[in-house]
Amino acid sequence: MSDMALGNEHHHHHPFLQHHFEDLGQQHEASTLGMWMFLCTEILFFGGVLCAYWVYRVMYPEAWAVGAHLQQTGWGATNTIVLIVSSLTMALAVRAAQLGKRGQQLGFLFATLIFGTAFLVVKGIEYHRHWEEGLFPGSHFHWHEHPELAQKVQLFMCFYWGMTGLHALHMIIGAGLLLWIMWRAYKNHFGPEYYAPVEVMGLYWHFVDIVWIFLFPFLYLIHEVHHG
Amino acid sequence: MAQKRQVRVGSQWMYARDAEKALSEALRVMKEEEGHHESFITKYVFSQDHKWIGVQYGVTALCFLLFGFFLMIMMRLQLGWPGEPFWVIKMFFHGDGKLLPEQYNQLGAMHGTIMVFLAIVPLAVGAFGNYVVPLQIGAPDMAFPKLNMASYWCYLPGGLVMLASMFLLQTKGGAAQSGWTSYPPLSDIASQGQTWWLVGMIFLITSSLLGSVNFIVTIIQLRAKGMTWDRLPFFVWAQFVTSFLLLLAFPPLEAAGVLQLMDRVAGTSFFLPSGLVVSGEVLKNAGGGNPLLWQHLFWFLAHPEVYVLILPAMGIVAEIIANNTRKSLWGYRSMVGASIFLGFMSFIVWAHHMFMTGMGQALSAFFQTTTMIISIPSVIILSALFITLWGGSIRFNVPMLFALAFLPMFGIGGLTGLPLGLATTDIHLHDTYYVIGHFHYVVAPGTIFAMFAGIYYWFPKVTGRMLNEKLGKLHFWSSFVFINGIFMPMFYQGLAGVSRRLYDGGIQYAHAKEAASATNPFMSACAVGLFLSQLPFIYNFFTSIKWGERVGANPWQANTLEWVATTSPPLGHGNFTTVPVVYRGPYDYSLPGSADDYLPQTTPEPGTVAAPVIAPAPVVA
Repeated sequence: MSDMALGNEHHHHHPFLQHHFEDLGQQHEASTLGMWMFLCTEILFFGGVLCAYWVYRVMYPEAWAVGAHLQQTGWGATNTIVLIVSSLTMALAVRAAQLGKRGQQLGFLFATLIFGTAFLVVKGIEYHRHWEEGLFPGSHFHWHEHPELAQKVQLFMCFYWGMTGLHALHMIIGAGLLLWIMWRAYKNHFGPEYYAPVEVMGLYWHFVDIVWIFLFPFLYLIHEVHHG
Repeated sequence: MAQKRQVRVGSQWMYARDAEKALSEALRVMKEEEGHHESFITKYVFSQDHKWIGVQYGVTALCFLLFGFFLMIMMRLQLGWPGEPFWVIKMFFHGDGKLLPEQYNQLGAMHGTIMVFLAIVPLAVGAFGNYVVPLQIGAPDMAFPKLNMASYWCYLPGGLVMLASMFLLQTKGGAAQSGWTSYPPLSDIASQGQTWWLVGMIFLITSSLLGSVNFIVTIIQLRAKGMTWDRLPFFVWAQFVTSFLLLLAFPPLEAAGVLQLMDRVAGTSFFLPSGLVVSGEVLKNAGGGNPLLWQHLFWFLAHPEVYVLILPAMGIVAEIIANNTRKSLWGYRSMVGASIFLGFMSFIVWAHHMFMTGMGQALSAFFQTTTMIISIPSVIILSALFITLWGGSIRFNVPMLFALAFLPMFGIGGLTGLPLGLATTDIHLHDTYYVIGHFHYVVAPGTIFAMFAGIYYWFPKVTGRMLNEKLGKLHFWSSFVFINGIFMPMFYQGLAGVSRRLYDGGIQYAHAKEAASATNPFMSACAVGLFLSQLPFIYNFFTSIKWGERVGANPWQANTLEWVATTSPPLGHGNFTTVPVVYRGPYDYSLPGSADDYLPQTTPEPGTVAAPVIAPAPVVA
């Protein structure tokens, strides 16, 4: 009936309830739905790149195996673990926000930020090595182990730099968002009623984590696969 | 009981309890309003109000539409009279007034890009979607107003980058020249303009993605009470499906755009094959890439994009036809179902653009089958609209004229597409003027006419004034004649084998010379005629904002919420004096036994008690 039209039984308005939503529940639903929709676009974005990757892997399986051999699986595995743990701390941060435990929340967010940064540092070390080894595509490319495969391996490295680069860009954006969420947590904005930004941040962070879960086998482990 | 007592508020009687709530709500809103005094910058430049963002999109897109049309005029002049110098071309390129082949290529690429990505999509989705959708579903605003603002402010820089590449790069090889499709390897090795094109595209894609997320969430979350899915106006359905197409189709193109950008600036070779010889020298690049991959990624976007161009147009036409036949839409549910099916199918037809690439018969057979299937939902929608006309007492006002013209024009566009969707006939017609004729019938006298219909229809909503009827009819009839004069001969040219990519219109080829020289001057004259036909519209648009006939809130006697539940013209933040409650479908026109020939969606069924609603303040006529 008219209750709906006239703004329900709210006697106070939550400071973070935007004027065009009826209540925090609706606002929360809208925020999470929005993030899921955004993640759909991200899936298709990385899907497009992975699709391109897959076409060339089918065309040049030997070069792809050699390319994967050029990666240091140890660093990649370390980074995989680091990211998975960061997802755990991110989930715990959301939980702490829901419970209104500000101290815990800040701690877990900080831990997530540290793990995220650690990932980027490791990635930087790997990039540096690749650069030194002449594995950057274009005129810098100097790799002569298998001259007949060099060109295709370079194409593999195009994908390596492109895909990990786009992923790293997402990580950097994520780190920026984490800082902003931490600032808001520090200001005590979140609690059992209002924690949508932390949850949405979490969705994004888990997604970026999952992208890496795909990239790691495709770029580091594919040399274990034998083709007919 | 005290709370059952009624009090009078304005001209309305309402329960005291409700009045109290309304009062407290009003006080809250007033307090909020006091809170944010909007400066000129936040109100008109970085606005977060969906209505103003809609206007921003609309005006910007119309400017780009005119500019894209102007580029075509230059091409058409040279095509009509090859080798002749023209004053406009001299002014634009500072040459001797004759188009060089590479300048013709720039104009072609930029005309396509501007028309699709900067004019029609922003007009159909950014302008009409933003302005009308929240009003039609009874939402106070879009779900994410800041995102909405960001969407416009990604669109504008994207457009400016495209424009800048035309004006700033003429000494450095000019703007992009690889067509709106930007096929590698040519686009990978083209001059600097192509890099600008890619940067501009990444802005535009980002803008569309932000917009589509916003539309989907708004339509799912913010419908007014009683606005169930089967009471949604068809226009909203069309926008909803469109948003999904944008959401899912654009990201792969963004990925492909990033890859091409890396090819150009970072030395990769995602799309560059080995051993490419340019100007007699073997290109030193990584090699091994496959140019066809780009085509797949591109058309995976660009075919759904075709339906992004057409679905909102169908939505607009459906609203206007229902309103002006004073009849319910025939087969509303079939139309909705057809749009959803159309959206789904549009993702599995893309390679019908690639029959000539030698991708193999099995793939061709698959894609021509899906292409034949996708014509079915379009036919359903078009047939439903035609049948709606049957037996209606049609009001031939300007929006209705444009909407009526849309039907046969889109029909011609769609039917001429069938031979292109079949691999065998496509071999002959591929890359001829027939293709240009086909998709322009869909997009120009199809979609653009629907956009004009929408402008004439919703203009009084935005400004509170009507566009002039006489000038509107002049605009319609002259445009209608000239636009057919341009595109109809293209079918003849294409069947005669005239290639679409020739800067002299084809006269250098013996087989094409006759067909080209017989029709090109006429078509070009029609293009100039079409340009002149837009002058009454431009004049009408600006003078009517200031001096047009003032009208009330519902000048078309329409049912949908934007006319009956909001103030008109709606200004400022918030859309409703009171949040509307919806009781019926959007097309209850000429119901037997009712006094008026229209029943707004807020009219309760007889016998039920209406919730107290504060009527919107009537606008003084």
